[in-house]
Amino acid sequence: MIIMKGIYRGITGLALILALLCTAAAADDEAEEGQDEEVLRISTTTSLYDTGLLDEMEEIFEGMYDVDVRTVSGGTGIAIERAEKGDADLILVHDVVRERKFIEEGYGLSRTCFAYNYFIIVGPEDDPAGITGMNASDAMKTIMEEGMENPDLVKFVSRGDDSGTHAREKLLWDRAGLNYTEVAASGTWYVEAGQGMGPTLLMTDELEGYTLCDTSTFAAFRSQLDLVPLIESDEFLLNVYAAIPVSPAVYPDTNCEMAKNFVNYLVSDEGQDLIEVYGTETIGKPLFNPARGNCEQIGCVGDECAAPLPEDYCSLAEA
Amino acid sequence: MNPLDEIAAGLVRAVELILALDPAVVEITARSLAIAITSTAIAAILTVPIGGLIHFHNFRGKRAVVNLIQTLYSLPTVTVGLVVFLLLSRSGPLGDLRLLFTPGGMVIGQTILISPIMIGLTIAALSGVGTQVRDTAISLGASRFQAIFTIMADARAAMMAAVLLGFGRALSEVGVAMMIGGNIRGYTRVLTTAIALETSRGDIEFSMALGIILISISLVVNLLINRVQGNWWS
Repeated sequence: MIIMKGIYRGITGLALILALLCTAAAADDEAEEGQDEEVLRISTTTSLYDTGLLDEMEEIFEGMYDVDVRTVSGGTGIAIERAEKGDADLILVHDVVRERKFIEEGYGLSRTCFAYNYFIIVGPEDDPAGITGMNASDAMKTIMEEGMENPDLVKFVSRGDDSGTHAREKLLWDRAGLNYTEVAASGTWYVEAGQGMGPTLLMTDELEGYTLCDTSTFAAFRSQLDLVPLIESDEFLLNVYAAIPVSPAVYPDTNCEMAKNFVNYLVSDEGQDLIEVYGTETIGKPLFNPARGNCEQIGCVGDECAAPLPEDYCSLAEA
Repeated sequence: MNPLDEIAAGLVRAVELILALDPAVVEITARSLAIAITSTAIAAILTVPIGGLIHFHNFRGKRAVVNLIQTLYSLPTVTVGLVVFLLLSRSGPLGDLRLLFTPGGMVIGQTILISPIMIGLTIAALSGVGTQVRDTAISLGASRFQAIFTIMADARAAMMAAVLLGFGRALSEVGVAMMIGGNIRGYTRVLTTAIALETSRGDIEFSMALGIILISISLVVNLLINRVQGNWWS
């Protein structure tokens, strides 16, 4: 017994020392990095982050500038909220209505479209609600009717987190002539997950329900899911990603210059080329389309079209 | 707005939400309590006898078992969440029960989560009863079974504290609630998962209201623990 006790003490002591050493080493690393490197804080939507596109862009961008890019992801609503609180220098999101509001309220400087893809309605392969072949709003309406009739068989899982995808879902209910609040309260067939796209997809898969998803996150998760895309390429399903630098007039310590550099990288030929091919290696087909050359088609005209920001962009904004 | 003003304003609004018995706040609080109480009740029914069995029996490796149980006190909630998720998943061994993303699934996860601490504290509670109690009982002609009963009766306050601690942990954990419950509104959304969602979504007042409720319940639980222990010691 005494020997055992000794061994326990020995192990505990060793573990403590190791933990301390690791902490010290980590702190040291941080101190070294923190000395001369600038930081760019990007608040982004889950679809760009979960697919790994942003990781790759970050790496290239960090090679171009002496900067430490720190990305946090959440739904579009969450991503915008963080920027409004001054916790980001740049947002990359996909909800044009809230993007415009963000700029009108003075938090954002300007909107630059840089990529697009489509939303899809995914569901179980046997499609219990029978929506295959419908347009998006008819499909939503049918899911609701079938779900109310048979909530154990037909379910719709909503993001329910004020994300860009959630906003689009509300728009689709609206287009179907339905009131969102009434839809959400109409029974157990409607499941509000309150989580990101990945967890929502996994939940939909478990419940064998339907959900609205962006093509890129679906492609990234597809191998883990039994769900299949049922409704694709409807005009109401177009999904445009835009970058908005946070205004230095609202938060003077924001890193506007680096945010501008990142936007200019996104719309540069190099950035657009990467977007055009990203995913080919892993998924077999690209996850996003570059905005370059497609501006009219995706409704981004004038300043919003994938164009670089001017040199004096930030100094003008401060004035 | 001044950051401190924002917190102050949030606090005022949070208290208003609670006092006005905001339906969403009440509903989430009631669900949290119901799920945590169910988990704790099931855990108590399972763990008190197990704790007793371990305490009253001498066997090889007893110390190791007790050590293991004590290690599991700090069982990470996300690990329990992960394991229970794998068990309950549609493709998992218990998938046919369809318990994933239901309150029932959450109860299973929380019961597993709080059982070690309740077993361990039950053993500690029984060990806290002096040997003279048992000796006295036996000298007064009690059978072995009656002696055990006497000791358990003597340790009831400390065992009650163990149950309350388990309840506190079940109520305040977020890993199992999020991973097994899935934070579904009106079904599995509880205080902790709602706070996580609403904070990131920017509804700070609502989060604060739920946070205040959570802390208040913890406070009451702690007062109760002190109370039962106070009675025992005085």
